[in-house]
Amino acid sequence: MNSLTLLMLLPIFGSVAVAATPKAKETLTKQVALATTLIVAAATIAMAVSFQRDNVDLQFVEKYSWIPTFGINFAVGIDGLALVLILMSTILAPIVVLAGWNESHGGRWSVKVFYILILVLETMMIGVFAATDVFLFYVIFEAMLIPVYFLIGGYGSGQRSAAAVKFLIYSLFGGLLMLASIIALYVMSGDQGGHTFDLQALSQLQMSSTTQNFLFLGFFIAFAIKAPLWPLHTWLPDAAESATPGTSVLLLGVLDKVGTFGMIRYCLTLFPDASKTFTPMILILAVISIVYGAFLAIGQRDLKRLIAFTSISHFGFITMGIFAMTSQGHSGATLYMFNHGFSTAALFLVGGWMISRRGSSTIADFGGLQRVTPVMAWSFFLAGMSSLALPGMSSFVSEFLVLVGTFTRYPVHAVIATFGIVLAALYILIPVQKALHGPTTAGNENLSDLNLREKIAIAPVIAIIIAIGFYPAPLLKVINPASAHVIAQLGFTDPAPTNGDK
Amino acid sequence: MEFSAPVLNYTLLSPMLILLGGALIGVLVEAFVSKALRPITQLSVTLGSLVLALVQVWKIRNEQSTGAAMGSVVIDGPAVLLQASILIISIISVFLIADTEQFTALAASLPGSEEERHALQTGNQVTEVYPLTLFAVAGMLLFPVSNDLITLFVALEMLSLPLYLMAGLSRRRRLASQESALKYFLLGAFSSAFFLFGAAFLYGYSASITFAGIRDAVVGSGGNDVFLLIGIAFLSVGLLFKVGAVPFHAWSPDVYQGAPTPVTAFMAAATKVAAFGAMLRIYYTSFANAQWSWTPMLTIIAIITMVFGSLVAIAQRDVKRMLAYSSIAHAGFLLTGVIALNKAGLEASIFYLFAYGITTVGGFAIVTLVRDSAGEVTDLNRWKGLGKRSPWVATAFAGFLLSFAGIPLTSGFIGKFSIFSAAYESGAKSVVIAGVLSSAIAAFFYIRVIVLMFFTDPVEDGTSVVIPSSLTSVTVIFSMIVTIALGVFPAPVLNFISTLATFIR
Repeated sequence: MNSLTLLMLLPIFGSVAVAATPKAKETLTKQVALATTLIVAAATIAMAVSFQRDNVDLQFVEKYSWIPTFGINFAVGIDGLALVLILMSTILAPIVVLAGWNESHGGRWSVKVFYILILVLETMMIGVFAATDVFLFYVIFEAMLIPVYFLIGGYGSGQRSAAAVKFLIYSLFGGLLMLASIIALYVMSGDQGGHTFDLQALSQLQMSSTTQNFLFLGFFIAFAIKAPLWPLHTWLPDAAESATPGTSVLLLGVLDKVGTFGMIRYCLTLFPDASKTFTPMILILAVISIVYGAFLAIGQRDLKRLIAFTSISHFGFITMGIFAMTSQGHSGATLYMFNHGFSTAALFLVGGWMISRRGSSTIADFGGLQRVTPVMAWSFFLAGMSSLALPGMSSFVSEFLVLVGTFTRYPVHAVIATFGIVLAALYILIPVQKALHGPTTAGNENLSDLNLREKIAIAPVIAIIIAIGFYPAPLLKVINPASAHVIAQLGFTDPAPTNGDK
Repeated sequence: MEFSAPVLNYTLLSPMLILLGGALIGVLVEAFVSKALRPITQLSVTLGSLVLALVQVWKIRNEQSTGAAMGSVVIDGPAVLLQASILIISIISVFLIADTEQFTALAASLPGSEEERHALQTGNQVTEVYPLTLFAVAGMLLFPVSNDLITLFVALEMLSLPLYLMAGLSRRRRLASQESALKYFLLGAFSSAFFLFGAAFLYGYSASITFAGIRDAVVGSGGNDVFLLIGIAFLSVGLLFKVGAVPFHAWSPDVYQGAPTPVTAFMAAATKVAAFGAMLRIYYTSFANAQWSWTPMLTIIAIITMVFGSLVAIAQRDVKRMLAYSSIAHAGFLLTGVIALNKAGLEASIFYLFAYGITTVGGFAIVTLVRDSAGEVTDLNRWKGLGKRSPWVATAFAGFLLSFAGIPLTSGFIGKFSIFSAAYESGAKSVVIAGVLSSAIAAFFYIRVIVLMFFTDPVEDGTSVVIPSSLTSVTVIFSMIVTIALGVFPAPVLNFISTLATFIR
């Protein structure tokens, strides 16, 4: 099955099937949703297998006329970067469904609505990475806010509606800035040979450097809010704290990647000169994000907020890798996006199980879980090790690549960012020590360990983390040509590695 | 003195003539048909006339003529599109007006008087709202096809006078309703005076009252004459009043709130199409060559209108007032289409007007459904938890709000995109940036209503959603389908508009 359109339609069919299940049979609803996501994941893997790794052109290209009056097409196609992210999204989806089997209870609406939202979101997650028409990308970019908004506001906990609104307003604001830039691109394309939204054609536009700078900012701010980069990150901890663990996985693991993906696919491709102009500033923001996110993570008492802040630090690394403008940096950033999806998933899912068992998300309420619930504790430990980029874990490979790629061109930034790794050890080891080790805190004696369903859900995540940690080649073979292509298009050549003797 | 008989092209004028005929029949029905049969007869006559008029508009869609009524009426592509939009919006509004519960039994009686009570008790419901609607629609059809200032003024009065009356017909809160009608009338009369003043100056400048004559004068003189400037300024005041642009908007929140909701829906949607239609015609044809005299002024007004409307809407606690300020903001967005002054701007404006009009009627149709024992509940705090009580009604309203906010996959987004890109194309970048930013502000208050409906627990105060009548359901469902369809597959409608949307001069 090699049609991206069909792949996007599958979850929609699944959501129709979910809608058709009788209301009383909640288990059936969940099974249909799980089956759908599994089929989508299998189809994606099949696509990945037939993907030509050395071909840097877009593959699986499809194009249908959508709104000819404005030159808008429903155009999709993927390169190595998009493939990796779609793969990540579709593998995470069944894991989220299985892991959060009971998340949909206690929401404002029925179980059915929850899974319909999840499946519609999955369609959009595939579409947002596959779109090669800027208008189509924008439509999905904005439209996917709505299901997430209802997932947070309807099924979350605590201040869920406030968090959902904050998330939506931030994202809409960024999106509207991007819309202004898109309108400008559209009008310019009309002046230079006919209205179009084709990414390839738009990247050939001639524009003054002032125009390019402004349009770049329109896109970049939208992506920086999404990613999220300091100082536009404030919506994320609230959203992550209020959302269900599964929703958080999709939000941080997939949706936020749209930001970093967009930086590569849209900012760099459409505005190469402006990207170079703004690189110094963006790198500073990235370094601040790394250190700031890490420091705030250390200070968190709430487990979910802690994970959110670690992600801000990690997104700093990804952004730095992108704007280091070296092929290692790019490959590292892309691999980081993939790995971050899984390590965050592991943290959120295991953290979510701990929280739901204990009935509290305060780290101090846990303690001595290692003795009471060894499997859960070990899973959390491994997830934490992945997050702090321990060698042997997948994140290590990508973090290393990003730092190497950055160092050759921006040594100072790379050195400061390296402190982020030290801080990462702190923000992971402190909660690990508090929650897992030491004497068992009162009230924790009778916590149950992971059940079979939860073990099945977490096993593939941890397996992927360790497998990529030891053998990242299969992914890098897909990523490297795409990264080298982007860097070459920008007119950069990798600087020779700095010699230590110099 | 020799008298030459006027030559009228009845085919081209037939949509308006049908409506006027229907309205006169309606007046007779009011007088002669028994009270039991009156509502259904009136409804049939009204709907019949509107549908017939729509069929006629469809038949003349490829006609182009300035000679329909001795040069006073012009029929061309935009005219057909605007007339069809007005008629479709009117038809679905009449479905709402058919709910006689909303209207006072005897408008001529004093509020709270013995007479009124008597009329209510005996079920002696007058139904003059139907012929009034038809008169107003006829005026609205004439407004965007007028080709000289006198016809334009007659059309303006013809659409306004019935609306003044209709605003005062509410059964509940009659005093507020009558107050809003009086306010609307006084301010409307005031703006008509401005309009006439402007028309007089334009005549003084060009020695002609026809649009073509004014255009010729503008082309000949370079468009920088003090008479012309005064004329454009005062004429604009009259038109901007009708579309509710800041600073001529003060009437609209009160009138929207006071008028019976079906009338508000009709007025908000159809008047906007007619007024913007007329505005587009006169600015695109007569004043186009003097654009440097009026685009700066209109740009400032557009920016102020959208920012003001969006900001003040945030503070509203009443759903009808909120929608009123939202319509002010939308008037600002629509003005960018006038400023654009290119074919894309014309097409975008027509699309936007149609899409916005349909969504507006749908939104107000939902408002008519939320009631307690004393009538409609418009206090937003009492809409809390609506999503729990009646998920479908709340979902539909959320859909309309998302369209107002311009979220992709709704008609509002396509409208906004097309109108902003047209404005950008003409170089009006400041308007586009202001438009995008005020859209962000506006999104906030639309989303707040969604939060109230879905994420807040219901309050037990007797607020409930009545089961919609079949006619109201038709309106809601039709509006919803159009809103989504124009958001997902706008291509056929955009193509149709683009083949027709060229003004003839």
